[in-house]
Amino acid sequence: MSRKDGKNDGEKRQGGRKSRSKQGAPRGPGSKRPKTPPKTPKVERNPRENPMSGATQDLLQVISEGGKALKGKKSGLSEELLLGMYRSMVQTRLLDERMINLQRQGRIGFYVPSTGEEASQVGSALAFEEEDWIYPSYRVPGLFLQRGVPIERMVANCFGNDADLCLGRQMPVHYAFKDQNIVSISSPIGTHIVQATGTAMAQKIKGSSGVTAVMFGDGGTSSNDFHSGMNLAGVTRAPCVFICTNNQWAISVPQEKQTASKSFAIKAKAYGMPGVRVDGNDVLAVYKATKSAVDDARAGKGPTLLELVTYRRGPHSSSDDPTRYRGNQADEWMDKDPILRFRKYLENQDLWSEVQENALHEELKAGINASVKVAENAPQPALETLFTDVFEKVPPYLREQYETLVQDEGTGHEPDPDAAFPL
Amino acid sequence: MSQITLVQAVNDALKEEMRSDNDVVVLGEDVGVNGGVFRCTADLVEEFGEERVIDTPLSESGIIGAAIGMAVYGLRPVPEIQFSDFIWPAFDQITSEMAKMRYRSGSQFTCPMVIRTPYGGGIRGGLYHSQSPEAYFTHTSGLTVVVPSDPYDAKGLLKAAIRSPDPVIFLEPKRIYRAPKMEVPEDDDYIVEIGKAAVRREGTDFTITAYGAMVEVALKACELAEKKGWNGEVLDLRTLVPLDEESLIASVTKTGRLVTLQEAPKFSGYSSELSAIVAEKAIDVMEAPIRRVAGFDVPFPYTLEHVYMPHAERVLKAVDDVMTF
Repeated sequence: MSRKDGKNDGEKRQGGRKSRSKQGAPRGPGSKRPKTPPKTPKVERNPRENPMSGATQDLLQVISEGGKALKGKKSGLSEELLLGMYRSMVQTRLLDERMINLQRQGRIGFYVPSTGEEASQVGSALAFEEEDWIYPSYRVPGLFLQRGVPIERMVANCFGNDADLCLGRQMPVHYAFKDQNIVSISSPIGTHIVQATGTAMAQKIKGSSGVTAVMFGDGGTSSNDFHSGMNLAGVTRAPCVFICTNNQWAISVPQEKQTASKSFAIKAKAYGMPGVRVDGNDVLAVYKATKSAVDDARAGKGPTLLELVTYRRGPHSSSDDPTRYRGNQADEWMDKDPILRFRKYLENQDLWSEVQENALHEELKAGINASVKVAENAPQPALETLFTDVFEKVPPYLREQYETLVQDEGTGHEPDPDAAFPL
Repeated sequence: MSQITLVQAVNDALKEEMRSDNDVVVLGEDVGVNGGVFRCTADLVEEFGEERVIDTPLSESGIIGAAIGMAVYGLRPVPEIQFSDFIWPAFDQITSEMAKMRYRSGSQFTCPMVIRTPYGGGIRGGLYHSQSPEAYFTHTSGLTVVVPSDPYDAKGLLKAAIRSPDPVIFLEPKRIYRAPKMEVPEDDDYIVEIGKAAVRREGTDFTITAYGAMVEVALKACELAEKKGWNGEVLDLRTLVPLDEESLIASVTKTGRLVTLQEAPKFSGYSSELSAIVAEKAIDVMEAPIRRVAGFDVPFPYTLEHVYMPHAERVLKAVDDVMTF
């Protein structure tokens, strides 16, 4: 946000405080509610005092913010790969838009958008080999698409139907894709970080040349298992790459309330591994940094922490309203579109045109539409899937519960159309 | 066959499984060079090396989290939590991750792993070296919970647990770690099937359910009851989840009277579930109300430990209640 906006914001915040205290006063039986709802406080962000906000000059970059190749920086990637990355980024954006719309229309229950973070997802994905294992966060659809997960599988998951590999047992976007070595996502933050270290240790024990990568956000670095995982990987020199996508917000909490460190990358030092800050909106810089960390891990040089600095332009999830805590933010980051930046780069290299852009959008939208149509018409998972996969074999007491359910209530269970998730 | 302790039985089980399956690895605090604070992992590092017997940093959540990562990749880790009282930092990993991995991924990813941990009182360990946490785990879907009561079962059940495709919480009753000793088979193929209770003493007048170190107490109580002319049956559950419900119902159907015994606090304890199952499914055969003998609903005490722990005389009082109802 501009400094002027910041000042206005501060005034609003004070007003909000007054209203809030008024609202908080004990109410007698005859007291009235305030006519207008109180203004909510907004987090004031001062770029000058916050060493991490806005500043991009210390970040690893390959493409300038204007889309030009920086002097002496080459991607080293073929035209085919570059265009493939661009395709995944656009596909991610279009999927995001469509899924949010479906959620707003009540056709899917929940979604986690990642608008503005496409470069950090797609750039990383390209650096991994097939044998590598990935522990994703819940905000990396671009990684899945770039790694070859069929889009219809992702859409099926969002509908929780019987084509969903997770059989509708989790909320949307909590994917698991064994075929691509993408480990099941859970909702508790950070638990997967130390699991990734364990998988990397297992790769070493079993003599695989594979490495493991784990993605988490700025908020995730405050979790117990960030420490456990980084520490264990540092000690064991496990072939693990820790990727912190710093999108600057953990729901409503800004990064400066998450840590007093000068950066997230600097935390690597305490665990005896390198930490690298990367412009997370520069897809080629993300690729370059991830590839280097992956190569090091594969070569037995141990783990690395990457901090991909980007910005969460949208809400935390379909249930979140960011105006509650950051207003209608005109933050400078809102204009830093990683897709536009890469598109300009490709155009500057004579690799891309308006005609191609339009054709790509049409093709990708048609693909998403087709997937949605199929997913929406697919049946719910069968009733017995409520009881399968708790253990390898269904034990007698679960079989008994299933049989009692069918006997007492039949099989015609319809979902509650009014159920909505609050977070 | 020589006579061995429960500690040695655990050690033998680990060695045999590690010899027959290279994917079995052990990790935890002090499990390597020191061989574990109770010596359950003694000599493993010498035979299998530091890559398969891993001294970890001091972080329970880290130990279990890393083991989960190993298990989903295809290893069969056997992490040790030094005392079950220290398991709580790993509770999130156990209940949110390990227990749900198979279900939430549609069996794409699984956690074949065994968490070994000593539990229970009777060693003068006070608040934080004495607790019995089984109910926290039996309440979580997806966990198999096993509690051996002697060296024979400890070895056979641990070997079965390591071969299980599902995650197992393996609670070792540390009060009987070093006594009694018992003859235990040395055959590689010897296992004790998970999910089967054992009748330790046959009787016709009343049933006592017990597990872990409480089995011994139940047997003593039956000896005391015999002097009063009552013939008690002791059902050692061995596996808490899945419960051998058939054996439970069969025993109470025969005796018509039930005393449940556990050293964990009474309220919401595992034995309350046994009581409820019998009430739901076999109330018509019961000749007296069910009695629960358990620890008190207090934190585990140090000096007054001997008062807290259920003992044979206290169990006998409950037997008296159900026999004279």
